[in-house]
Amino acid sequence: MRNGWLSTATILVMTLTLFVIGGLILMGVAAQVVLGDLEGKIDIAVYFYPNSSESDIMNIKNSLEALSDVKEVSYISQDAVLAEFKDRHKNDATIINALGELDQNPLEATLNIKAKDPTKLQDVADYLQNKKYPIVDKINYYENQVVIDRLSGILAGVRNSGLAVIFVLAAIAMLVAFNTIRIAIWSAREEINIMRLVGASSWFIRGPFLFEGVMHGIASGGLAAILFYPVLWVVSPKLLVVIPSIDMHVYYQQHLLQFGGILIGVGVVLGVFSSFIAVHRYLRV
Amino acid sequence: MIVFDNISKIYTPTQFALKNVNLRILPKEFVSVVGASGAGKSTLLKLLIAEEKPTEGKIFLDGLEVTSLGYGELPKVRRRIGTVFQDYKLLPNKTAFENVAFAMEAAGAKDSDIREDVPEALGLVGLLDKADNFPHELSGGEKQRVAIARALVNRPEVIMADEPTGSLDPITSIDIIKLLLKINELGTTIILATHNKEVVDELGRRVITMEKGEVVRDEEKGKYVI
Repeated sequence: MRNGWLSTATILVMTLTLFVIGGLILMGVAAQVVLGDLEGKIDIAVYFYPNSSESDIMNIKNSLEALSDVKEVSYISQDAVLAEFKDRHKNDATIINALGELDQNPLEATLNIKAKDPTKLQDVADYLQNKKYPIVDKINYYENQVVIDRLSGILAGVRNSGLAVIFVLAAIAMLVAFNTIRIAIWSAREEINIMRLVGASSWFIRGPFLFEGVMHGIASGGLAAILFYPVLWVVSPKLLVVIPSIDMHVYYQQHLLQFGGILIGVGVVLGVFSSFIAVHRYLRV
Repeated sequence: MIVFDNISKIYTPTQFALKNVNLRILPKEFVSVVGASGAGKSTLLKLLIAEEKPTEGKIFLDGLEVTSLGYGELPKVRRRIGTVFQDYKLLPNKTAFENVAFAMEAAGAKDSDIREDVPEALGLVGLLDKADNFPHELSGGEKQRVAIARALVNRPEVIMADEPTGSLDPITSIDIIKLLLKINELGTTIILATHNKEVVDELGRRVITMEKGEVVRDEEKGKYVI
């Protein structure tokens, strides 16, 4: 190592940079999970008149499942709807009693339709509408259309702007690391100048700096990957409260190799690229 | 042979650092370039190793046009010209031995040659016993000797010394000049830029006098006259 302190400082700054980049990737993963959860909640419910035949409903279900935009269709029979309804209102004696007064199940069988892309729900709803099935009572998409449209708009917006924010932050972090490396090499400019004047070729001078860049990249990538362990161990219980569907600590352990690879890879590219650029200007002698 | 063919160098539009300089330096000559600060001595030497490019004119080293070389080809020229500077320009974290060896490594020499030639060069400048000392452990004269050893270790045709005695006391200066004379006697062309009058007058060799970027006098067995 050319200069212990300078190397340490460079590795620390690069570690922080890679930590930020890794954190952004993890945030992206969490955001995907949350968005996926939300998207999963957007669906269309189709209600059928009581006493519609189950086989008619199944025919509609099959034709819906044949549509390319449809992800899944689930059928809830009249009885199941009633059971669910009773369960939901089991503490409300008035409602339970009122149900008992009826000799027929008043609730309607339902098909819940989920689309692969929530923006395609409109097409599915239109398809159903145009078929004019006599047994269909109502399609609740049209009642919730404004809410659904707005929600899927927000989801798409968060995806795109989130990606942009991640790129901007990653770029800033990389610029900081790049400048640290430039300062480290600036301190060696006299040395480079001397090498140049005694007739060393560009690659002879560049070689050790590029090697150092590789080493810095490996060291800081490895450090950042290790650093995520204790940090996620502390943070993930709190995150679980907000995002119950993914445990980041477990997720990280499962993807440790990919993460380590990405962080070290980015670190090496950053180190080598920065060193190459920084040395370059002092070679123009 | 080194040829400066109608060389001009302009840093600012109103002032010439060098103006229409024409020179021929023959093999095995010992040439002193003298003049006040800013007369253009250093610029002349920098142009020879292509540390800077002339605004006009061409420089040849044995028929090779130095002024037309790209960055990739410069190392070849610089290995044929050893350079000595007023501020020594030694690498501070390398020993005397390593500093001299470095010039050979840079030129792609074999390890066995390095082990043989470096002690020989250090012996020639009388510093074999300080081979393992770092620059900060050496006196000014000793540092300059290491620099000279580094300049000659690749057996260059020319050694170019820019104010090599500028930071040294008179007695040490004379030692350094004697060393350069000895190297010259062994067959190497020496170009010495200096404003040390005693040194130049003592030498009795060719003196090129510069003034405001122009060669105003060029005499065999010259004296320092301003």
